[in-house]
Amino acid sequence: MEKGKGSRKWAVDFTDNSSTPLSRDIPDPPGFTRASQDQDDSTLSRQKKDAEANWKSQKAWEVAQAPFKNLLMMGFMMWMAGSTVHLFSIGITFSALWQPLSALQGVGKIFAPYKDSKVDLLAPKLLFIALNLGGMLLGVWKLNTLGLLPTHASDWVSSLAPAHEVEFSGGGIAL
Amino acid sequence: MPKMKIIAILPVLMFLLLIVPSFSLFEDQVGFMDWHQRYIGKVKDAVFHTQKAARKRVVVSTHENVIASLDLRRGDIFWRHVLGPNDVVDNIDIALGKYVITLSSEGSILRAWNLPDGQMVWESLLPGTKSSKSLLVVPANLKVDLDSPIFVYSGSCLHAISSIDGELLWKTDFATHGIDVHQLILPSASAVVHAVGVTDLSHFHTYEVGVMSGEILKHTTASFPGGVYGEILPVSNDRFVALDASRSVLVIISIQNGKTHLQQTHVSDLIHGSSRDTVILPSKLSGIFTVSTDTCIAFIKVTDEGKLHVMEKVDNKVVVSDALSLSEGEQAFALVQHGDSKIHLSVRLVHDMSSNHLKETVEMDHNRGFVHKIFINSYVRTDRSNGFRALIVMEDHSLLLLQQGEIVWSREDGLASIIDVTTAELPVEKIGVSVAKVEHSLFEWLKGHVLKLKGTLMLATPDELVEIQKIRLRSSEKSKMTRDHNGFRRLLVVLTKAGKLFALHTGDGRVVWSSLLQSLRSSEQCSQPTGLKLHQWQIPHHHALDNNPSVLVVGRCGSSLSSATAMSIVDAHTGKEVQNMVPTHSTVQVIYLPFTDSTEQQLHLLIDADNRAHLYPKTPEAAEIFQRESANVYWYSVETEAGILRGYGVKTKCNLDEYCFEARNLWSVVFPSESEKIIATVTRKANEVVHTQAKVIADEDVMYKYVSKNMLFVATVSPKASGPIGSATPDEAVLAVHLVDTVTGRILHRMTHLGSQGPVHAVLSENWVVYHYFNLRAHRYEMSVIEIYDQSRAENKDVLKLIVGKHNLTTPVSSYSRPEVMTKSQSYFFTHSVKAISVTSTAKGITSKHLLIGTVGDQVLALDKRFVDPRRSLNPTQAEKEEGLLPLTDALPIIPQSYVTHAFKVEGLRGIETVPAKLESTTLVFAYGVDLFYTRLAPSRTYDSLTEDFNYALLLLTIVALVVAIFVTWVLSERKDLQDKWR
Repeated sequence: MEKGKGSRKWAVDFTDNSSTPLSRDIPDPPGFTRASQDQDDSTLSRQKKDAEANWKSQKAWEVAQAPFKNLLMMGFMMWMAGSTVHLFSIGITFSALWQPLSALQGVGKIFAPYKDSKVDLLAPKLLFIALNLGGMLLGVWKLNTLGLLPTHASDWVSSLAPAHEVEFSGGGIAL
Repeated sequence: MPKMKIIAILPVLMFLLLIVPSFSLFEDQVGFMDWHQRYIGKVKDAVFHTQKAARKRVVVSTHENVIASLDLRRGDIFWRHVLGPNDVVDNIDIALGKYVITLSSEGSILRAWNLPDGQMVWESLLPGTKSSKSLLVVPANLKVDLDSPIFVYSGSCLHAISSIDGELLWKTDFATHGIDVHQLILPSASAVVHAVGVTDLSHFHTYEVGVMSGEILKHTTASFPGGVYGEILPVSNDRFVALDASRSVLVIISIQNGKTHLQQTHVSDLIHGSSRDTVILPSKLSGIFTVSTDTCIAFIKVTDEGKLHVMEKVDNKVVVSDALSLSEGEQAFALVQHGDSKIHLSVRLVHDMSSNHLKETVEMDHNRGFVHKIFINSYVRTDRSNGFRALIVMEDHSLLLLQQGEIVWSREDGLASIIDVTTAELPVEKIGVSVAKVEHSLFEWLKGHVLKLKGTLMLATPDELVEIQKIRLRSSEKSKMTRDHNGFRRLLVVLTKAGKLFALHTGDGRVVWSSLLQSLRSSEQCSQPTGLKLHQWQIPHHHALDNNPSVLVVGRCGSSLSSATAMSIVDAHTGKEVQNMVPTHSTVQVIYLPFTDSTEQQLHLLIDADNRAHLYPKTPEAAEIFQRESANVYWYSVETEAGILRGYGVKTKCNLDEYCFEARNLWSVVFPSESEKIIATVTRKANEVVHTQAKVIADEDVMYKYVSKNMLFVATVSPKASGPIGSATPDEAVLAVHLVDTVTGRILHRMTHLGSQGPVHAVLSENWVVYHYFNLRAHRYEMSVIEIYDQSRAENKDVLKLIVGKHNLTTPVSSYSRPEVMTKSQSYFFTHSVKAISVTSTAKGITSKHLLIGTVGDQVLALDKRFVDPRRSLNPTQAEKEEGLLPLTDALPIIPQSYVTHAFKVEGLRGIETVPAKLESTTLVFAYGVDLFYTRLAPSRTYDSLTEDFNYALLLLTIVALVVAIFVTWVLSERKDLQDKWR
């Protein structure tokens, strides 16, 4: 499928990267002013950069808010799963715990494309972390409603061996 | 809100598995892990039935009140009936060649059983006027005729009973004459019955009673100033012999022409030398009687002139059989002499006493002891001469048939009277099993599993199905003589009434070894010893691993409480008596202390009748351990007669003995004798393991159990209600139950059941007691449960404190701290009356418990403990339901599938013993009575192991199939990928 590679016969390069007419031997066509374009170019690039930063920050906020939808979805799923221990509810609870955890682990990576000197990522990151923590809390809450958290006295004493008895006594009816 | 914790998941899963609480078996699982053995007990009387019978048999009656018909060829039981414990069999005989006649209950019940199949033909009750001895005479020439009766003397009356339907034909009362009849004689071809008896032991009477009417036709009497000791025995039709009250004069009574002559002879004139303890043996030889003294047994012939003539004297260890009539009026009897590991059997003819008609010597295991009884029977050999077979009952209660100098068969009927049970571990498997054996078993294993797989996939032929079943039952694993990983293979060590110790293998119930204990045999130091208790003595676990485990047997010489002790220590692997002690002190109580010495011997205290404690083993080390712990060692006694519980502690050492300790009385609980009488006491099993002190109830609440080993359950009834059911009115009957702390004597709980009475059967385990009694008002049996909780710990409910360990739950408890307790109880109706109650016990105490109830039908019923939970209510909340609490019902359900004995009966059930296996889910159950039954139970199913019939082959096949499938799909996907790339 790589047919024809490396057997180019001719090529025209239309790109013109030069900014001064001096470096060129061909005069500019009439009606064409290079200066205005230069001026234009600098403002344009600034604008472009601003737009990009804007876009990035907007995107970052979007990414930061994404777990919220997830949260709602998870909440719905948990409600659907009910509060008895079975495969489905345990699966959902553990995924609710695992998803925020893995998301938190990769916070840097997720926000890496939006990294920019002009964009302040701290706020979206904090939001992202907060939402994920919220998701995790939801998971923990679910775990508790399932009764899988040791929050009662019974969880700490249910396998406590009987206390040692000081005295020993034996006997009975005469044989 | 329904909540379940991680730790609680396991029981939850168990409950899910256990929706129906039963252990129903499939038909092909019977005999897979259970076994059942049938016994009859020590034979008392035997009647042969060999003439004109296709199946030669012997009908026996035993001391366990069993009548049985045994196959003479193999010793198997054709049929068997276990009469009740109060229905003692007095006499048996065979009538008309087709009925077995038994006289029981002191002669008040006469029954006829069909000989071939043991069906009861008729039964008649013979109410007497005064208690007397009971005699049964079945005429030899009985005809199938209404006028041909059986004669029974019982209750001071002579009865004639039709042999066809058991109708009473006539009855003659001798009580009005004040006569105590000793013998009934029915001369052949005569129309009279002779009754011989005495009045006030000084007058001798003979009566002739008409066979048809029961009229007294003739009466003779003679004065007899010396009085009579024992029996009056007939020597011939008109001569009798008796012993006078001083046991030194023989009296020959002869009746001639309606007159009675007495003739006295001193025993010392006949038998020279000392002659104490003289007894006339009841062997019915014509013209000859036998007299046993402390030195010898003499055969004495009565000549026609009435002269006595000693024919022979033999050693008094000799056992003599009854006479056996041969053809041509000949009579034979057998003598058995005991030699060194041999017995000598000789048969003699009465007419020719000088020589032995037959003499045989049989090798006999010395563990069978002496011969106690012999019954002989003859058969006609091919050369027309008489051959003899002898049925002998040995000292260990075993039954053997001897014929032509060989033991044809033997039955270990001592196992019908087990006194106590314990278990012992088998030896550890040694390394270096031969390769060939492994390969063989591997092949067998594979073959077995392939067959099983076929069975599962329904591809097996009927023959193969039979083969599969055979493999399952004959699993070589289960009867190996080594310890197994799961702890299923054990030795059940049982002590029998005969003083013999048996070790039974739990795999198949075979006797691994048996040993007649020297300490429990009659000797000069110790006469008539009886076994009392069997305890584990040494259990090598960590130290002393080279030693075999051993058991301690404690017995008593004689029957009174103050008689001396007999003790033995027996190696549990070989059955050898390691040590044999005859201490001088008595024993009324054996206490198993929870301390071991450096060789892992268990310390025991034997309490004597004077309330001294004797420490065993008698080593300085044991004494030191005991001295260290003695401040915390207590014991108590229950005096049922006086109605007193007394508690004791150690005071000082006795004067001379290093290992003897004086007691000091610490407390007494006196039950008022006019209102309470102790009828039952129960304690927890010493080796019971409790997993946890907390009980988690609905809504994650916790209750702390009052788990104490020093708790005694005492049941008392009002004295009027201490008789059998129905002897008291509901208003008179009060049943009171108490839970007593045996260290301090404190009564933890007391409850009364008005209108209820015993018998009470109870079981105490962990923090609960379940007891069974009769409710007179409801006319039904009831079962009640009491659970006891510790209130002093109830405050420990703060999670944070529990997490950081700020609680008093692990601090040692003392009974003197008088913890507050709280009890819950509930009662339910129960259909059956009960013979024994026990509870399953497991290694760690995690598995839920089942009550094992020995029912009146001699079966063992498993009842889930959840049915007797005092927290049951009519409408349990959702949370309580999730906890597994059942809605309250007034009666306990009896689920037919939960009979652990399934189709078997453990006749004469007396006890149910449970032993934990190493596998937590499983408990070993041994029920004993006249029969033995053993099985393995998993009250919560085997949640910790695969079942034995798990199909490994199917698993293997599945795995192989999956691997193959993975490989094939992998190859296919590779190929497809390549094709895609080429496209």
